[in-house]
Amino acid sequence: MDFDLSKPQKLLKQSARDFLSRECKPERVRAAMATDTADDRALFTAAADQGWTSLIIPETYGGLGLGVVDLAVVAEEMGRACMPGPLFATIFASAAIVHAGTEEQKRKWLEPIAAGEMRATVALSNEFVLDAGVADLVLRFTDDGIEEVEGATFERTPAIDETRKLYRVDDRQSCLSEGRQDCLSSTIDIAAVALCAEMVGGMQWILDTTVAYAKTRQQFGRAIGSFQAVQHLCADMLLMTESARSATYNAAWEMTPLAVSIAKAYCSDAYREAANRGIQVHGGIGFTWEHDLHLYFRRAKASETMFGDATFHRERIASLVIDRQSSAAERSAEMLARSSSSK
Amino acid sequence: MDLNLTPDEQSFRDEFRAWLQENVFEAKTVDELKRWQRTLFEGGWAGISWPKQYGGRGATLMQQAVFQEELALADAPQLIGVIGLSLVGPTIIAMGTDEQKARHLSKILSGEEIWCQGFSEPNAGSDLASLGTRALKDGDGFIVSGQKTWTSFAHIADWCLLLVRTDFEAPKHKGITCLLADMHAPGVTVRPLRMMSGDAGFNEVFFENVRIPSSQVLGKVNEGWTTAIAALMNERANLGTGVQVLFRRNLNALIARARSMNRSADPIVRQKLAQAYLELEILRMNTNRALTSLSKSGVPGPEGSTLKLYWSEMNQRTQQIAQEVLGQHAQLSDFDNGMWQYSYLRARGNTIEAGTSEIQRNIIAERVLGLPKSY
Repeated sequence: MDFDLSKPQKLLKQSARDFLSRECKPERVRAAMATDTADDRALFTAAADQGWTSLIIPETYGGLGLGVVDLAVVAEEMGRACMPGPLFATIFASAAIVHAGTEEQKRKWLEPIAAGEMRATVALSNEFVLDAGVADLVLRFTDDGIEEVEGATFERTPAIDETRKLYRVDDRQSCLSEGRQDCLSSTIDIAAVALCAEMVGGMQWILDTTVAYAKTRQQFGRAIGSFQAVQHLCADMLLMTESARSATYNAAWEMTPLAVSIAKAYCSDAYREAANRGIQVHGGIGFTWEHDLHLYFRRAKASETMFGDATFHRERIASLVIDRQSSAAERSAEMLARSSSSK
Repeated sequence: MDLNLTPDEQSFRDEFRAWLQENVFEAKTVDELKRWQRTLFEGGWAGISWPKQYGGRGATLMQQAVFQEELALADAPQLIGVIGLSLVGPTIIAMGTDEQKARHLSKILSGEEIWCQGFSEPNAGSDLASLGTRALKDGDGFIVSGQKTWTSFAHIADWCLLLVRTDFEAPKHKGITCLLADMHAPGVTVRPLRMMSGDAGFNEVFFENVRIPSSQVLGKVNEGWTTAIAALMNERANLGTGVQVLFRRNLNALIARARSMNRSADPIVRQKLAQAYLELEILRMNTNRALTSLSKSGVPGPEGSTLKLYWSEMNQRTQQIAQEVLGQHAQLSDFDNGMWQYSYLRARGNTIEAGTSEIQRNIIAERVLGLPKSY
């Protein structure tokens, strides 16, 4: 067993980090966030040039044909930089086309997405549609696949995470579809894993930033990081971040509904909690608009509920585990109860 | 990244599983437990992590994890010589004299001699280096007086890996020596303690003018702290791969009980059980990641602390969930043979034994995050 990134994946991670630390500095995130769309077209194009819109698109359609673990590697760095704009939505849409599109749709849409010429998103309902205002293609699920939402108007709905804008689709359309369950859920599972990876990256940024601050901030004549009350908050953040990372990469590798729900349920709670602790350790400065922490605190809340919150995914785990416990497992449990006592 | 077992790991699992099916038996008394370890030894399955030249198998970390999992899955008896196998033996191999190796190693493997670990004292718990058991130089040896506590297996042990103070002037970490102490020597008294869960198994050990020859110093005089850290690293490199299988059996039993008591359709119960399930799955993933990292670096690091912190707190949350899901039944001694009240009580000790959660967080803060020392 080897639960570690491969050499090419480590290189991909390093190049993603280098690219974002050069091209997606906090000033640029804030500049995008202050616009109506949070869309930095030059940043999107530069990321597409890195191949990020084509990661999971098969080579026959002009993509790189990489796996979900590779996608997670890039998404983790995107989350660490709190990258704004429609790149995440476009990757989500590419997963929908790959998994639910017809051959014709794939030929029509995947190549321009891979080339960075088309931005896309998916409407799972009439509300909370990511980046629809700047997308060239808005998709929705139908009973037997996907289709373009045509002739609709999209109204921006200001919300907690200003780095990725949400839109409402007008009432003449209905975007709520159960869809073909298999392709809908496999699309959402890929997007959920990518989101979990972003969340892990965000947690890592908060942890690094908080620990660095605790080493330099002085009170009572010493660094606050020497106080156990502060140390223990940081230690818990590390444990949550690493656990979220384990769950996310395990899900990216396995890509089963159970593994995905474990990751999303855990990350939903853990990112919020890590952001809470990060601000707590910073004190007053962490609560200011000037400090970047609130970008992550906001992103944590938005990510918590996207593609199902912890409660939703715990229920899915229950239906996969409790309702399907085999009679063999029940029998061995009965035996344990008769014989027993274990630690 | 490849989360499947390699062919070698898989064949190791198959081989040990087949061996267990043939050989495992129920053992409860000390004699039976010693016979179980002897059986493992004769089958070549004792001390698998030890180098081959000392009678082990030179097993990889992943094979050791598989070994622990298979033992738990087969419901095998506990390893009565666990302190010797996982802590004392590897430390003697690393730091012992040829004479010490010849005298002790094979008897540790076979279970002929049982070891305990004389580290904690009434006034030296988390601050282990402040220990006060005194060893005064006397000719070619030491005269030892003092008290150890929380000493697992002392009531049946033949030997003790004992930390004593040999220099009273030096800074506390620099005056400690590690001795191999004969538990049958005159002046050694053992008083069993009972845990709040009702279990016996740990003890107070009193040393009154016990004579220990200099040939039984492990490592160097006044450098016993180095020996102790090496021993604890060996212990933590084990990473608790066995406990997760016990937790899995416990949680499966809880889910089965929730179903048979018609509790499993309740949405709140479902949320709680799912949370317990996902936390346990993440323990498995964290462990496998730590094993991978340890296999590559070869140096036991703070992984043990993060895993210990995680599983001990997780088990307390899960046992609380068991109590909530099963209600008052869980408190009864005659319901499922008392396993739920026992598990609940036993879990309370998890965040204290082998380093409290607070000490683990200190270690993580200082050694992983590089925060300044707090004391």
